[in-house]
Amino acid sequence: MTFELFLFYVFSAALLYAATMVITQRNSVHSALFLVLAFCCAAGVWLLAEAEFLAIVLILVYVGAVMVLFLFVVMMLDVDQASDRAGYMKYAPVGVLIAVVLAIELMLVVGPGNFGLDKFASPIPHAADYSNTKELGRVLYTVYMYPFELAAVILLVAIIAAIGLTLRKRPQTRYQDPAKQVQVKAADRVRIVKMATEKKWS
Amino acid sequence: MELLDSFLPHGLATVIWIVLKIVLIVLPLMVLVAYYTLAERKVIGFMQVRIGPNRVGPNGLGQPIADALKLMFKEIILPTKANKVLFLIAPLLTLGPALAAWAVFPFDAELVLADVNAGLLYILALTSVGVYGVIIAGWASNSKYALLGAVRSAAQIVSYEIAMGFAIVGVLVAAGSLNLGDIVRAQDGSLFHWFWLPLFPLLVIYFISGVAETNRAPFDVAEGESEIVAGFHVEYSGMTFAVFFLGEYANMILISALTALMFLGGWLSPFQGTFLEPVFAWVPGLVWLFLKTAIFAFLFLWFRATFPRYRYDQIMRLGWKVFIPITIVWIMVVGLAVVLELPWWFD
Repeated sequence: MTFELFLFYVFSAALLYAATMVITQRNSVHSALFLVLAFCCAAGVWLLAEAEFLAIVLILVYVGAVMVLFLFVVMMLDVDQASDRAGYMKYAPVGVLIAVVLAIELMLVVGPGNFGLDKFASPIPHAADYSNTKELGRVLYTVYMYPFELAAVILLVAIIAAIGLTLRKRPQTRYQDPAKQVQVKAADRVRIVKMATEKKWS
Repeated sequence: MELLDSFLPHGLATVIWIVLKIVLIVLPLMVLVAYYTLAERKVIGFMQVRIGPNRVGPNGLGQPIADALKLMFKEIILPTKANKVLFLIAPLLTLGPALAAWAVFPFDAELVLADVNAGLLYILALTSVGVYGVIIAGWASNSKYALLGAVRSAAQIVSYEIAMGFAIVGVLVAAGSLNLGDIVRAQDGSLFHWFWLPLFPLLVIYFISGVAETNRAPFDVAEGESEIVAGFHVEYSGMTFAVFFLGEYANMILISALTALMFLGGWLSPFQGTFLEPVFAWVPGLVWLFLKTAIFAFLFLWFRATFPRYRYDQIMRLGWKVFIPITIVWIMVVGLAVVLELPWWFD
């Protein structure tokens, strides 16, 4: 077994373990942290597949930003865990049924019959001067130009929609206008009064 | 390397060689961190017309060692209802990324542990992971002040990361590479070939965002000792606190060094292209890098002694409404300059 293969199994095992813990942990903060671990392991697997750019961006975007906001929300929520588990047995049969159907469907689509070295030859390692980032950029801005631009527009619409949904002016909220604050002169706020010095009281 | 190879199997020799290099980077860094804390107390002392620490050793030079010993032998207190595992992992999560980021940092033209193509991206990813230490510490302490500090810091770091990322995009457009060594090589020429001149707004924004990312004054609302005691590390004592402390200062040095690398030409001599260049040719590049880093490291201390803490809504306004628009505009300016091959930075 080569060292790369060993690393692959380590990362994959950790990934599966973390992913299982995400859905079995009682504490939602623990679940979120295991999801972070799962992302890190996935990044490791991607690094082994010579996709450095995607691996680092996975850490940067998902671990560094998305999961931080996730944790932010989860930490603030005071989840009542007893009421969460109240209807557990009642819904269990339906849940199991859906899970079994999904599992069968997944097996049909991505089952072991579709993989293997005879289906996909193992990729040839690139030379040391190969830049994954440059290659990705070249493909993204030439071959996949339209899908890329479309994705950008959809994201922009999503941003505008999200802001539009949450932005509302409440009459009781008081806003500060930094421009006005900067323009304020001392004379607007303080009145200096000239007066004669008072005699010492005796 | 050859010596190790002669009596060890090849793979093992390589591993030992890399570990040796890591020790060579981390040990001086730790000493630097220790004396940076002393420098901070001295500099702020002088700015406030005090003397600063002067009791341990000559001129107080033994103070960091005394502090380290004190912290090492203090009791580590675990709060009763704290989440023990996460409580102890949190300080490591602060220190780990701060040290790991140095792996791709070029100290000289040849002196780099891992010459990675996507080095800049790697450093950006690692600095963004550092926030987990603060968040997990705040949550695992099971204390309201710690949680408030963690929440403040999370929102602040995520906001400033965007401006920081855009500033870095400007640098990589100008240099045409994500490799930190190539970024320095792109600034080769003279003092005025360095990126501080064409990318001046990005330099200012990157450094201020860096101050915000490291939770330093005037952006230290995560600690806010006047309102939330000490923020996320309220419950930490002894060595666990010391690790947080080390992480914070290692991060400050990292941000200073990165600013020097991206905008002040890293290891390049400031006398390049002038008659003084041969006179100073004997100075190793590491020294220039250290001096440039020291400029920004000093700014960190100067800020702390000068500015009052920002109000929270002002921090958010500065990050989202001022920095991000400026960086986006300046990326377009840089892009245009690169397309037009503006002399003499981009020709």
